[in-house]
Amino acid sequence: MIVAKALTKTYGDFKAVDAIDFKVKRGEAFGLLGPNGAGKSTTMRMIGATLQRSGGDLQILGKDPNTHGPEIRAHLGVVPQQDNLDRELKVWENLFIYGRYFGLSRKFLKAKVEELIGFVKLEDKRDVKVDALSGGMKRRLTIARGLVNEPEILMLDEPTTGLDPQARHVLWDRLFRLKEQGVTLVITTHYMDEAEQLCDRLIVMDKGKIMAEGSPAELIRDYSSREVVEVRFGSAKNAEVAPHLEGLGERIEVLPDRILIYAENGEQVLHQITTKGFEPLTSLVRRSSLEDVFLRLTGRTLVD
Amino acid sequence: MSTWIGATKLVDLGKARRWGAWYVAEYRLRNMSKWWSAIIAFGIGNPVLYLVSIGLGIGSLVTKSTGSHGIEGVSYLEFLAPALLATACIQAAMDETSFPVLEGFTWTRFLFAMNATSLTGSQITGGIMIASFIRCVATAFMYGGILVAFSAINIAHLPALMLASIFAGMGFAAVMMAAASFVRDDDGFFAIVGRFIIAPMFMFSGTFYPIEKTPIYLQWIGWISPLWHSTNMGRNLSYGHQVAPWLMVVHFAYLAALYYIGFRVAARQFKKRLAE
Repeated sequence: MIVAKALTKTYGDFKAVDAIDFKVKRGEAFGLLGPNGAGKSTTMRMIGATLQRSGGDLQILGKDPNTHGPEIRAHLGVVPQQDNLDRELKVWENLFIYGRYFGLSRKFLKAKVEELIGFVKLEDKRDVKVDALSGGMKRRLTIARGLVNEPEILMLDEPTTGLDPQARHVLWDRLFRLKEQGVTLVITTHYMDEAEQLCDRLIVMDKGKIMAEGSPAELIRDYSSREVVEVRFGSAKNAEVAPHLEGLGERIEVLPDRILIYAENGEQVLHQITTKGFEPLTSLVRRSSLEDVFLRLTGRTLVD
Repeated sequence: MSTWIGATKLVDLGKARRWGAWYVAEYRLRNMSKWWSAIIAFGIGNPVLYLVSIGLGIGSLVTKSTGSHGIEGVSYLEFLAPALLATACIQAAMDETSFPVLEGFTWTRFLFAMNATSLTGSQITGGIMIASFIRCVATAFMYGGILVAFSAINIAHLPALMLASIFAGMGFAAVMMAAASFVRDDDGFFAIVGRFIIAPMFMFSGTFYPIEKTPIYLQWIGWISPLWHSTNMGRNLSYGHQVAPWLMVVHFAYLAALYYIGFRVAARQFKKRLAE
């Protein structure tokens, strides 16, 4: 569906996207994971055929977005990071008018709009102005709007940024449904849990480059250990204690607020720490996540 | 080179290419419909107040001092009518090209939402212009009807006057659209336009008195103002005010050029900004 080769976008001397390669297959949920400013949104806009690339090759559904923008966009659904709904219009009108942009008939849209309102569970908000919706509802409406042309690819840029946990789960649930229906999803996020939940395969981006590629499980297997022990000795003492913990587990990361020890068996490591005579203020044994993969690859956390 | 695998299921691209601008206009009309009461109130309330206060109030004073032959052989109201109609058309048309453009690029960013569909930048520009045209024509009918009711113009002259006014409206609207498309954030754009463009244009375009009565160093404002070109043309078309044929051509060509240049600049800037 999407093939990028040495895809590049420069602004003056700044390389926002630096010669990246990736492919997205039909029906796949593909993620771009990375911190803010990694080049995810820029990549998305090039895929969305609204931003011209500076170099490399890009094919969407077999065509070049630089020359076939409208054709490609006719098959895309776009959910931008910033909601750009019409606040003066009602919920149903936002969907209806967006469908009209594609030239879809009023008759078709009448049914489609009701279907989509049901899909994103906004039935009781149908005749309400967008201004009166919560952040989560607006985001759901934007997703519904992106589906009005029955797209081949639905692109979501930071779909749950700024939403509360409950609203995120409602949204994830809807995206799972779409995935089950065979819609290809392309998602950017800086939330590792979101990437783990939604993506079949992802690329980890930083500073315009791809740091790693694979399924969440593969990435964790390749770049991290099975478990992680997080211990805190207080911000002043972490660096002091860290050298004494060397040799425990496979690898140690010292962050300002905590020490992470990567190991196959976390409980065992925690036990070893206490037998060495160190008493952490708090301790936690958890499974490795993509956050750890990112830390390993870049030396930084995702929210840095 | 791989082959096109986009299924031709829903979107009829040929249709979208032909009618894209009209889909944008349809949206703008729907948006306008949320403000219809304000639009009607301005369209009708404004002229009625003007006609009562200036046309009849000041007009009676003017008539008293000019005598029965009035200004250029007509009553003050008849003299004023072409300018009032053109002003109304300019105001209505520019409302629809300046606010939405600023809104679409900076406030709600709806232009970017449009651009994510199969619409192109030039279709979006065209659609906004179509909607502006529709409101301009509707205003010309409303305002024109009231002018006829107040005997400010002869109904036989109405079509020609409306045409002159709509020309002015569209010429100015296109220029405003181009200007608005360069605004990054609303740092007093409308205040500047209102005070330094609209107000002087209204005052010095031969609106209230013949432009020849304006001091020569201010007459240039009239010459570049679409309002004067439309008013002068309108006065000729309605009560036969003397305008040389070549000047009629200049009036017409000037307004058409404003429209053409404004629209071209706007379309180019739209394309550029949407792809940023």
